[in-house]
Amino acid sequence: MTAFVSLDGVRKRWSPATVVGPVSLEMARGEIVALLGPSGSGKTTVLRLLAGFETPDAGRIAIADEDVTALPPARRRCGMVFQHYALFPHLDVGENVAFGLAQIDRHGRDRKVAGALELVDLTGFERRKPHELSGGQQQRVALARALAPEPRVLLLDEPLSNLDPSLRERTRRELRAVIKRVGITTVFVTHEQEEAFDLGDRVGVLSRGRLEQVGTPDDLYERPASLFVATFVGRANVLQGPTARALGGSEGQVLVIRPEQLRFTDGGLPGLVRERRYTGAAAYYQVETEGGDRLEVVADPGAARVGDRVYVEALRVLAFREGHA
Amino acid sequence: MNSRLRPADRAAPDYWLMPHRDVRRILPRLSLTLLLAWLVLYPILVAVADAAHGDALGTFVSRTGEWAALWASVWVSLASVVLAAAIGVPLALLFEWLDFPGRKTLGSLVALPAVLPPFVGVIAFLFLYGESGFVARAVQGVFGLNRAPWRLQGAGAILLVHAYSMYVYFYLFTRAGLAKLDASLFEAAQALGAGRWQVLSRVTLPLLRPALAGAALLVFMTALGSFSAPYVFGGGFRVMTTQIVATKLNGELPLAMVETVALALVAIVGLAVLRRTEGDDLLTALGKGTAPRRRAIRRPAVRGLATAAGWLFATLLLLPHLTLALVSLVPYGSWTTEAVPPVLSLVNYQRLFGEPERLRPLVNSLWMAAVSTLAALLLALAAGALVGRRGPGGRGGRGGQFRGPIEALVALPWALPGTVFAIALAATFSVSSPLTLRWILVGTVILLPLAYVVRNLPVTGRAVLAGYRQLDPAFAEAAASLGAGRWATLRRVTLPLLRPALAAGASLAFVTALGDFVTSIVLYTYDNRPISIEIMSSLRVSELGVAAAFGVILMVVSAVVLGLGARR
Repeated sequence: MTAFVSLDGVRKRWSPATVVGPVSLEMARGEIVALLGPSGSGKTTVLRLLAGFETPDAGRIAIADEDVTALPPARRRCGMVFQHYALFPHLDVGENVAFGLAQIDRHGRDRKVAGALELVDLTGFERRKPHELSGGQQQRVALARALAPEPRVLLLDEPLSNLDPSLRERTRRELRAVIKRVGITTVFVTHEQEEAFDLGDRVGVLSRGRLEQVGTPDDLYERPASLFVATFVGRANVLQGPTARALGGSEGQVLVIRPEQLRFTDGGLPGLVRERRYTGAAAYYQVETEGGDRLEVVADPGAARVGDRVYVEALRVLAFREGHA
Repeated sequence: MNSRLRPADRAAPDYWLMPHRDVRRILPRLSLTLLLAWLVLYPILVAVADAAHGDALGTFVSRTGEWAALWASVWVSLASVVLAAAIGVPLALLFEWLDFPGRKTLGSLVALPAVLPPFVGVIAFLFLYGESGFVARAVQGVFGLNRAPWRLQGAGAILLVHAYSMYVYFYLFTRAGLAKLDASLFEAAQALGAGRWQVLSRVTLPLLRPALAGAALLVFMTALGSFSAPYVFGGGFRVMTTQIVATKLNGELPLAMVETVALALVAIVGLAVLRRTEGDDLLTALGKGTAPRRRAIRRPAVRGLATAAGWLFATLLLLPHLTLALVSLVPYGSWTTEAVPPVLSLVNYQRLFGEPERLRPLVNSLWMAAVSTLAALLLALAAGALVGRRGPGGRGGRGGQFRGPIEALVALPWALPGTVFAIALAATFSVSSPLTLRWILVGTVILLPLAYVVRNLPVTGRAVLAGYRQLDPAFAEAAASLGAGRWATLRRVTLPLLRPALAAGASLAFVTALGDFVTSIVLYTYDNRPISIEIMSSLRVSELGVAAAFGVILMVVSAVVLGLGARR
């Protein structure tokens, strides 16, 4: 893979206690990478380093084989969609989208604005003011504005966090469709796993300023590189001690078991069903072992009832060394 | 390198290891800090040094008149706070809680005294309530007296003017505070068994404390620096501001310096004490709620009474200004003993605009106000651009080096009475010593506008810095990511978004400078004599009509400019 965007040992120190990096990441042209992590993990900092709003203390950032590490934001040609969109309130939709097209003559500019608005399905909205638009429409204008100058890379900072949950899923699909149609290399930041998995070709998981793992959603779920990734991505039973050993672990190991990798059998680890949460196709059971551990098991809705005594066995476990977070 | 657009960094720099881009960031801030220090702080230090020099301090301590004036300044200011609160707070409660016909119109009329130059108010009071004013003449006529029934003079007269012009601060602050209160707070108190008065004393007033303390501070500082009212109505009663100007006119310059420093110290102590009572703004911490619904007055009799009282009060407030307009129409010498002026004409205005010598003060005031406002605005913009921005992504960044000093220097002139600055500037720029950054500006037309700049800095500075603080840093970043450089971002994004703040700050600064009396009387020359000085000299030669005409013009221009500045 020849990298189109590359971060090489990039590091930013805010204070002795808060350091982001060193982060290294390579992206192919046209790839969508999601940066996923809890708040404070440094994902927004990585995005802002790419955009040029922050300068790294160490490392190198390159876009299309050009070193942009010292380049100001205005000359990086990275389109950015901000978390709250940052649509200029004193300009209408057309003027907002045309903002980055200052060098082009009027005719060409109008054409590009119309094209960008068509792309996000907002044709005819040129003369509206940002505050007259719904949240979803504002988001699309922000996307059109970022794409209009034909940037090399598109950066999205929590692009869906400002929308109603009901609107989010639809907007997510539309966003992915637009990005794929334009074919632009994209980095976006989110703290929602579902969003990252749905939108990203690959997902980078950050924790405490470190990039823990970069991979496809399948990779992250099936083959997590660390205990953090294993527990942050997807639901997980984290087990230690006797319970872990009873389910196949050895001394000094931490086991991570997905709920769907546990099942009820005739003989295995005994426990008591404490809660049952019905979801339709399946049910989530909270099973308390004799040692007091709690296990989450996904099984057939009729598999057990609250108060039943059951036996549990693991189909597949992820084992990590104890003390390695 | 686009260093300005980059959000201020948060890590403290290692100065001795500073890479060159840090130097480029620090140099403009350092330059602005030094310029402001020279303009604002340096004259005060010169005044302090002059005061410590020689035996003026001994003279000050030994004269009882000095102590009397200082004490008068303090007690008059405190009494002004009490009187202004006594009028302003109940008025605010009335307009915010009750609904009656004309509430909206009256509510904004009531705030009128704030928008008019204090000096104009004083003159208007003189024409209305002075010993030869309308009210006195009416009383005289009704009771057949052969003398004016009273003299508008002394501490009482000063307090009357102060109460009239300063209750607005309490009124506006209280209304703003009340508008932030959540209806559920009152409902909660009522549900817990509190009666109407208990709600007021245990919930409303404690929550309003920051607003009330803010208003008290503003009134105290304004009253302490007040010059027009004591100068016109004081008579033998001296407060420190008038004492200073009298001492300076007597030629006792070192003593005037000591007096100036004494007044400055009182101001600083007052500021420190009142600041402490302000406390945290609990309302901001709670977040904005829904203001309680206004209670409509149902009983027709009470309704009528409230309406009548409201209109009566508004008329009372407008009366001085109406009087001014009327007097401006009275030709010279045509009104002697009659209760109402017999002849009305526009002759005063014709003279004012027809005679170049009369027009001159108007032109002077306009150009000095315009230039000083522009300069104060540019300084404020520089301060805002360098240290006013918020941290990236809405996180509370620290704004970087020199933020504290720059903000303090911009605010300092507000904390000190205008007389203090006038005297300090006069002392600083009466010596030619370029090595110590002092040039002779006394007697030139430059010094007065320079003083206006200093006086206007807090006004423009507060508006612009607040504007910058409300500006989402993402706007500048969005512009940068779309290829806009530093100047393009300033021109196309920052300035348009700051327009309301700039307009508000500029209009207030312009009006303050246009109507200024306290600085002007110390620093004017014949060539730049402003309107207020011309009004005083017209009064001195009994040309009441011309003085009033100037007052009306000042009033109209002020109202128009403030109206323009308040437009969104």
